[in-house]
Amino acid sequence: MTTLPASTEKKLGLVIDLDTCVGCHACVVSCKGWNTENYGAPLSDQDPYGADPSGTFLNRVHSYEVQPSEGPAQLIHFPKSCLHCDDAPCVTVCPTGASYKRVEDGIVLVNESDCIGCGLCAWACPYGAREMDQAAGVMKKCTLCVDRIYNENLPEEDRQPACVRTCPAGARHFGDLSDPDSEVSQLVAERGGMDLMPEQGTKPVNKYLPPRPKDTWEEVDILAPLLEPVAPEADGLLGWLDRTLGKVGGK
Amino acid sequence: MHPAPSIIVFTVLSGLGFGLLAFLGLGMPTVFGGVAFGYFTIAYLLAVIGLASSAFHLGNPQRALKAFTQWRSSWLSREACLSVATLVVMGIYGGGLVFFNTKLSTLGLLGSILALATVFATSMIYGQLKTVPRWNSWTTPALFVTLSLAGGALLAGQVLMTLAFLVLAGVLQVIAWTLGDGRFAEAGSTQGTATGLERIGTVRHFESPHTGTNYLLREMVHQVGRKHAQTLRVIALALMVVLPVVLLWLGVTYVTVALAALSHIVGTLASRWLFFAEAEHVVGLYYGKR
Repeated sequence: MTTLPASTEKKLGLVIDLDTCVGCHACVVSCKGWNTENYGAPLSDQDPYGADPSGTFLNRVHSYEVQPSEGPAQLIHFPKSCLHCDDAPCVTVCPTGASYKRVEDGIVLVNESDCIGCGLCAWACPYGAREMDQAAGVMKKCTLCVDRIYNENLPEEDRQPACVRTCPAGARHFGDLSDPDSEVSQLVAERGGMDLMPEQGTKPVNKYLPPRPKDTWEEVDILAPLLEPVAPEADGLLGWLDRTLGKVGGK
Repeated sequence: MHPAPSIIVFTVLSGLGFGLLAFLGLGMPTVFGGVAFGYFTIAYLLAVIGLASSAFHLGNPQRALKAFTQWRSSWLSREACLSVATLVVMGIYGGGLVFFNTKLSTLGLLGSILALATVFATSMIYGQLKTVPRWNSWTTPALFVTLSLAGGALLAGQVLMTLAFLVLAGVLQVIAWTLGDGRFAEAGSTQGTATGLERIGTVRHFESPHTGTNYLLREMVHQVGRKHAQTLRVIALALMVVLPVVLLWLGVTYVTVALAALSHIVGTLASRWLFFAEAEHVVGLYYGKR
């Protein structure tokens, strides 16, 4: 069914810390690895070693330069995958019922054996979270590693999405965002977690933690006022050079 | 977006076919026997060629039957159901006219309504997408349905109806372009809202996730078709509306009607090309592109 559930028992999702992400793309690689070897059609590449390589990825890391009104620009690495929206427009447009949102945990999934590869769900998504696999002709998207998080064959510490497990900076957090006491909800509350493109009305479950304000530099050198200023005019050889070059250059 | 030829051909031809069926269902013209067979063949060919060409852009067309299941939520599924319902109802109605010299008026009326509903559903596949602000407007269904009626009337030989709907389509087309140009800004999505980083300062895309391209950029951020947009708008409007109106005004003969139909179809293809080529998807904001 491609109608959305009125509510879900849990809201499993990611909290991504833009302050901590170092842009190493390890999450991209681990995502591609896990999701190529496990659930569903592999994430194919086209012409991977040739002149025009492209491929299917469920997670991509952009980098943005942000220029504040004062001070130097900041470079912010920005991982982006499916936000498992509460009001997911990709689900309702699906003509076959292949796209659905799970009632038990809110994960948005594609049943690949029902997907006709029309691409409309990718069009409905404002975030570019869905990509059509060019080899399989079916829509691929983040599954929140549904085949890891409930997998009792894995050691307990591995029962989280591959991207979260692999992040060396601890910039990715996984949990239930419907539970206000969960670690992820606490983080969101503490750090002012934000939605991407709220004006699209998708109500994303995943949240982004904005970069913390940068330190400001204040003059703290207590000796500075006591010191004589360095000679503003050059003398000696440098002074002669300065005057001579000034005459030659007419300045 | 990338203006896929299969989608352009589909929306234009099926629009014409269903427009013609809408008029045939209303008994405009009321025809029987061989003449009716001719009219219905043209209408069915246009509609079915359109539907078939839409299957070409599917990744897995062998599962297309599943697209009939989600009419409760999906406009694409509704379009599939409505188009088949139209073809079945109009098939029975047409069969009565061709083989039994019988006009089942109620069935014809139902077929007409279904035909227009099909075109409306097609237009809403695009009109529903908030992610493409230019499409997400009342002008999309209004223009699709009016163009279908204009083309249908032209093929059905309804001269006055043709003139009325052509002029209306021309007006709607100009409104759609004019309003459409401002829709992206109106919708309010920027690189700042897309990344949430506007709270810090001005956002600039510094580095792409990959050195190569990807599905999203190929499909949704394709900009090639926009280069000659203004020229194409003039050509589209001239061929789609102005020339057919002038031709029909000069005189209604087989030659002028045929030329008017040809001109209208070419113009509508150009207009539909622009509809797709000028569409700007908000996902482009993540890539610093429109």
